Amino acid sequence: MVNNYDVKSILLAGVGGQGTLRASDIMCIVMMEAGLDVKKSEVHGMAQRGGCVTSHVRYGSKVYSPLAKLGGIDLLVAFEKMEALRYMNYLTKDATIILNADEIYPPSVNFGDIPYPDDIIPLLRINYKQVKEIDATDLAKKSGNVKAANVVLLGAISNLMNIPSSIWEEVIKKSFPEKLVKINLAAFQKGRDA
Amino acid sequence: MSGNEAIARGLYEAGVRFAAAYPGTPSTEIMEEYSKYEGVYAEWSPNEKVALEVAIGAALAGEKAVAVMKHVGVNVAADPLFTVSYTGTNGALVIITADDPSLHSSQNEQDNRNYAKFSKIPMLEPADAEEAKEFIKLAFEISEKFDTPVFLRTTTRVSHSKSVVSPADPLPYKDKTAITYNAAKYVMVPANARIRRVEVEKRMQLLKSFAENFSENKMEINNPDIGIITAGMPYNYAKDVFPDYSYLKLGMVYPLPEKLIRDFAARVKNIYVVEELDPFLEEQIKAMGIKVTGKEIFPYTNEFDPGIIQNAINKLNKPANLPTKNVPPRPPNLCPGCPHRGLFYTLKKLKVFVTGDIGCYTLSFLKPLEGLHSTICMGASIGMAHGMSKALKEKGKGKIVGVIGDSTFIHSGITPLLNMAYNKSNAVIIICDNSTTAMTGMQEHPATGYTLLGEETIKLDLKVLVAALGIKNIRVVDPYDLKTTRTVIKEELTKDGPSVVISQRPCVLFKRAKTKPQKPLQVDPEKCTGCKVCLGLGCPPISWKKMEKKEGSKREGVSFIDENLCNGCGLCLQLCKFGAIK
Ligand SMILES: Cc1ncc(C[n+]2csc(CCOP(=O)(O)OP(=O)(O)O)c2C)c(N)n1
Repeated sequence: MVNNYDVKSILLAGVGGQGTLRASDIMCIVMMEAGLDVKKSEVHGMAQRGGCVTSHVRYGSKVYSPLAKLGGIDLLVAFEKMEALRYMNYLTKDATIILNADEIYPPSVNFGDIPYPDDIIPLLRINYKQVKEIDATDLAKKSGNVKAANVVLLGAISNLMNIPSSIWEEVIKKSFPEKLVKINLAAFQKGRDA
Repeated sequence: MSGNEAIARGLYEAGVRFAAAYPGTPSTEIMEEYSKYEGVYAEWSPNEKVALEVAIGAALAGEKAVAVMKHVGVNVAADPLFTVSYTGTNGALVIITADDPSLHSSQNEQDNRNYAKFSKIPMLEPADAEEAKEFIKLAFEISEKFDTPVFLRTTTRVSHSKSVVSPADPLPYKDKTAITYNAAKYVMVPANARIRRVEVEKRMQLLKSFAENFSENKMEINNPDIGIITAGMPYNYAKDVFPDYSYLKLGMVYPLPEKLIRDFAARVKNIYVVEELDPFLEEQIKAMGIKVTGKEIFPYTNEFDPGIIQNAINKLNKPANLPTKNVPPRPPNLCPGCPHRGLFYTLKKLKVFVTGDIGCYTLSFLKPLEGLHSTICMGASIGMAHGMSKALKEKGKGKIVGVIGDSTFIHSGITPLLNMAYNKSNAVIIICDNSTTAMTGMQEHPATGYTLLGEETIKLDLKVLVAALGIKNIRVVDPYDLKTTRTVIKEELTKDGPSVVISQRPCVLFKRAKTKPQKPLQVDPEKCTGCKVCLGLGCPPISWKKMEKKEGSKREGVSFIDENLCNGCGLCLQLCKFGAIK
């Protein structure tokens, strides 16, 4: 009998330009280095133009589908605050949610047609026990570069996984040009401590 | 590796050194990756028909050649496709079709497995990246063995998912090219084609028996109560939720292995056919007289996921009650500083009907620009503008504009423009020349002056070409200059006969850009009256903030520019009557 019930699913959700896909790439390499089977799937056709970006990452001893089902995500990481709400129906009952405090307004909000939701955290808390908000953008700034917010979030994710931090750090070192390594390692640590 | 990276790797490992393609999501990265391998010839052709013809020529010369395109690209290439099935390939020829269930970035959701049956060409369909790499090798083996073109079908989910792939050493390249003459096989006049037609049917019979023992048509007998017949990515979705059922996974989706299917049917009680889009396998299996359940319970539209299959088979109509909340949508938008923005802002103000085309500029149909009113397929803008203006006669005078991108114009806009000159059209055509194929990620094309392999080459002069087609009224404008753009288009609308306006300004993401982005602009909150005119541009950095109304003032809010996003293109500055933007 084949057993693929140990598979875990993560959904990374963000907005074009936030480094969401870069973060999911790094995460997948870490999992591979840790000896796991990993598949990931993303939708990014229009991402460059300010649309939504999502990446499903699934890992375990043997993974078939790169895509999770509705109600099948164990960990949701929202790189932009409101995006956490968009994918709520993907979550399992006891899912963990990590969200970046950053707010990016879409055109309808800019025009004043629709308000930006102001009850994001309470709404999530009603439905889920583990909700953690991190000001990743601010922590990234403190590490030396706003763009490292995605790596701050990886730091927070790493706390939830049974993978030695040395593997994460090694992969981060290899993923960035020399001069950005220090900033990203600092960002990773800030995310772990947050 | 992604499925597309794996296909490129597979081509290289299979000793394939010749590829032609036209970009299109989700196929584009195959060529971008493949072209990086040592010693390959890879080209962007002007369209898919040309790409396929180039690959056919290379195969005729004895090469192993591949043509790569998105699903709708096969429509463009369909004419040579149906007849190369008759001639056979001499070297080897594989056509990669990248389908897009759920229309993530396409204008339709056609199921190109139907092309395999229609053109009598065998088709393989991998389920993930590792298989994609191996199947491309098998496709070339089949092509060589049976002297037939072979399809490899991928979908967005296979192309853009990443999974673990183990690279192998490439086969050494053997140069088998030579000129060989064989008119009976390669000149498809009726007398010859009739004979080849019979050969095609013989080949189909041989391929059918080959399919029976094809290593990638795999039976897995587990729980005999339920058997699932499937292919490609849906196999993974089904395995994810039903790991213990029995499976017949078809690596070759055309032609089908009838004996193997009957054998499988004899071993399991209930059979489900799990396939996205059309009931392609299902209809053929039902025609064999085998009882299966398929589209009675599975959707015809959109891609599947594990949950859809689970709910359909477990007869759950609705997935469990999951919390949802309506959130403001986040539609894609033209980039800050995009040259298309000024043009479509102008077209909206001119209140013309714009037959549009496919490219980044298609996004300008959205609010607030709303400057584009139809999109069918690549090149359609020009023929449609001409047809509308002819049909409307006087009513359409000065009211019909066709807009097409530079890459799209080269792809399939040249003949319809020639038609406009020939048949004395009255419409105005605007070519948005942003020096690149932006929508699919900045590919080169004949008017950029560079090839896919990065070599400098002759640069098509659009103005000269347009003149050669017989167009007398040709103007060039910079869409950053709103006033001139408007005046010029207005002038051309009043003229008799067809006009072409070339709206010229490189894409803001253009890598060889000569001009640096300008300094971000700012709104002076003292001068801003909150009139919202600048918001009409739909530029991402511009937003509007409500304020407390002050006594004696009608102002309800002010505009605001996000300096991290703005690149100072200056359109909003030209619109602001109050000098509030600096
Ligand atoms: C037959 C066909 N091939 C390919 C595509 C994919 N595709 C959509 S738009 C486009 C190119 C757009 O380039 P261009 O016309 O220069 O406009 P831009 O995006 O640069 O504004 C391509 C290749 C398609 N939709 N149909």
